[in-house]
Parts: sequence; structure tokens; C-alpha cells
Amino acid sequence: MTASTTVAPESLLAAPDRASQTEITAEIGERHADLARREWAGESIRATVHDFPPYRSSLLRHPTKNLKLVDPETIELLSPAFGQRDVAAVESDLTVQHAGEPLGERMTVRGRLTDSWGRPLANQLIEIWQANSAGRYIHQRDQHPAPLDPNFTGAGRAVTNDAGEYAFTTIKPGPYPWKNHVNAWRPAHIHFSVFGSSFTQRLVTQMYFPGDPLFALDPIFNTIWRPKDRESLIGVYDHDLTSPEWATGYRFDIVVDGPDATWFENESE
Amino acid sequence: MSVPARTLRPTPGQTVGPFFAYGVAYERMNQVVDPYAPGAVLLGGTVFDGAGEPVPDAFVEIFGADPDGVVPRSRGAFRRDDHTFTGFGRAFTNDDGRYEFFTRAPGAAPGRAAFFAAIVYARGLPDKLHTRIYLPDDAAALAADPFLATLDAGERATLVASRAADDQLHHDIRLQGERETVFLAF
Repeated sequence: MTASTTVAPESLLAAPDRASQTEITAEIGERHADLARREWAGESIRATVHDFPPYRSSLLRHPTKNLKLVDPETIELLSPAFGQRDVAAVESDLTVQHAGEPLGERMTVRGRLTDSWGRPLANQLIEIWQANSAGRYIHQRDQHPAPLDPNFTGAGRAVTNDAGEYAFTTIKPGPYPWKNHVNAWRPAHIHFSVFGSSFTQRLVTQMYFPGDPLFALDPIFNTIWRPKDRESLIGVYDHDLTSPEWATGYRFDIVVDGPDATWFENESE
Repeated sequence: MSVPARTLRPTPGQTVGPFFAYGVAYERMNQVVDPYAPGAVLLGGTVFDGAGEPVPDAFVEIFGADPDGVVPRSRGAFRRDDHTFTGFGRAFTNDDGRYEFFTRAPGAAPGRAAFFAAIVYARGLPDKLHTRIYLPDDAAALAADPFLATLDAGERATLVASRAADDQLHHDIRLQGERETVFLAF
């Protein structure tokens, strides 16, 4: 199954209009201002907007109609069940998956998974994937001329403990060039895929690093239009999580949303 | 019992980007049941963009009840053992934009039509999209379903699978366009 994934070179993904960074940055600003006006006028707007033209590959891939509000049924209020047998402990350490040690800045990221009421979500699966320290993904489609690291794949999994906590050891990813516009660079990030206790809470997101100069330039980060929401995706450097002569430490807490009905589901478990 | 106010701001979603394949793939992820198990049904279709082109870098997740309508609570969706029904599957679209699952037809909740809960992710899609894939077989249940009743005929058609050859279930997902799939908020 997994062998059938597409391997078209990434150059085919280039946006045809080849906009400049100045144009993209201006579009991002206009879009954010427009969304703020609409919210001021009383419209309810999602934290991440699907319709965000500065992210060029979204143009034909976002729905144009409003999402239909529906009462979740039981299948949507529950979620696949996970346990420690679903992942091996070694899968949460991305630096020990090969014969040698990967190059780059060794780091740990740990945090707590909770629902919107602050209740920890135990036994939930978290999957991560990322570029290596040079900003290169192992994916065949990534043609970025930065070196692959034979000792780094960049994928890991963990199941949260009884307190909802997870921890990964990895290498800090590098920034990564792409073809959304001319001279487009993604801020360094780690992709997170998270299961909550309810299928409605399913979350795929990206964790960023403090102080990245690329934040304002990146159309994907800015599909989240409120500054406060964007800030919540920036991992927090925590010196107490840094281990002497070993690894820097970051904290990234994750809050999954859900309709009010999920309050009862979590209560009963 | 009333629900207290939510106290924490939810973490916002982001696109899966182009390189999710090696990050979220796992063995037999689209085999919710063994393809040769009795009662196994093939659920498949194509994910299309707004120009009607297939989307080769998307993935779909389903979560479905067992044939009696009971929501599975068994572990093991990411480590298949050939006898535990977890109800969960994940399928990447191939170069033709097609996804496929081997699963069981879910039973309905009382007074509702039977469906798979489904989520779509893709490069170029800024955040996940929830939808449902209803079984086409029970016309009376579909007609009586309270959610489907709120939709017009065109919208309803985007949520109901069709029966293909050999009793396979066929269901296309359109991210945008005239027959855009109905996507859900909860």
C-alpha cells in the first residue's frame, strides 16, 4: 500500500505565477485585515482558514461552501482506541533509528495533550514527521539540494501517558525551501498528527521554533490568521527540559477542540 | 447536566504538506479488515480538486461502527492482528487520486442512516475536513435521517456512496466545485 505513493518531483508543484515574496507578504496582510473586518462585522471565522490564496496550492483544494454544522453521532464522539502495544517505545526517539547518530542539534520536545476543558487525554497516539537538520525531507518527492542524513528518517510516534504527556527526542529541523513563490522558505517545523478521545478532535498541525525570522513570510503559518493562535504553534524553549551536554528542550502543549458533547464522553472514561 | 465553559484555546490545525507519506504510513493501514475476510467490503473512490483533477497527495481516514452499529473500542488500529475489528483505517490517494479501504459495512445508530465518519487531508488543504460516507442500501433510513433531511438533493448526493461491481462501495470526494462534497463542523 505505502509503496504506491506518488513520486512526482517537487518541481511540478511550483505555483505557475511565480509571485515575489513582497507580493505574497502583501497578500497575507490584506487577507488578515479582511478576516479581521469580517469577524468584527459578526462573522464566525475558523482559526485556520481554508480559503487562503497566498498559499497557492490551496486555490483549487479548499471548499467554497460553508461547513455544515451537525450534531455528532456516537462514532464521531469516540475515537480509535490506542494502547502502549500500538507503538514501540523506541519510536519516540528519532535519533536511534539507524546505525549511527544523526547530524544536527539534538533536542527533546515534550508536552501535554488536553481537551478544551484542560483534562489530560491519556493513551492517545501522536505521530510526528520532519525534515533533517539541513532542511531535507527523506520523501522521494523532495528535490531540495540539501544532504540527506543516512542516520535520520524523521518520523516518530508516541502514545500519551496517564497524565496526557508525550516526549520525543529528535534533531532540530532546518528551514526548507519550496515553490509557492520565488525564494519561498518554510520556517523550521515539526508536523504533528494527534488523536483526541473523539474523532471530531482529530488534529494535524505543525510545531515551530521561537524567534524564527520566516514567520511573517510564510503563507502556511499564516493560514492561521489570529496572532494569538499562531503563537500557540510555537514551541517554548524550556531550560528545565534541557539536559546537560545532551539535548536542548522544548515544550509544546496541545489542546484538541471538540463540540460540547465531547465533555460527557471524556467524563465517562 | 450542563457543560461548563471551555477554558483552553484549541491548538489550530495546519496542512499535512507534501511529505506526510513517510510520517503517517503504517502497515496495512487501509485494511480495516483483511481483504479476504468474510463480509469484507471494498470502499474506494477518487479525491478531486476544483478543476476536476484527481488529487494524488491526499489521505483519507475512516472510522466506522461494526455491522451491528456498535462503535469499536478495541485497540490495535495501528498494529493489525487479523481478528480485532478497530473500525479505523487510513488510505493515501495514489497517482490517480484514488483511495481504497477494505472494511465492513457499518450498522446504523437507532433512527439514523448508517455511515462511515471520514476525514480528508491533502497538500494544499490548510486544515482537515470532516465528512460522512453513507451507505446507499437502506433508502428508507436515508430518507428518515435527520441530518440528511436538512440537505438539498444535490448536497445529499455528495455524502452517499454508490454500489459498484461486486458490491463494492464507490465514493468520490470533491474538495471544491459544482458538486463539492458536504464537509462538516461539529
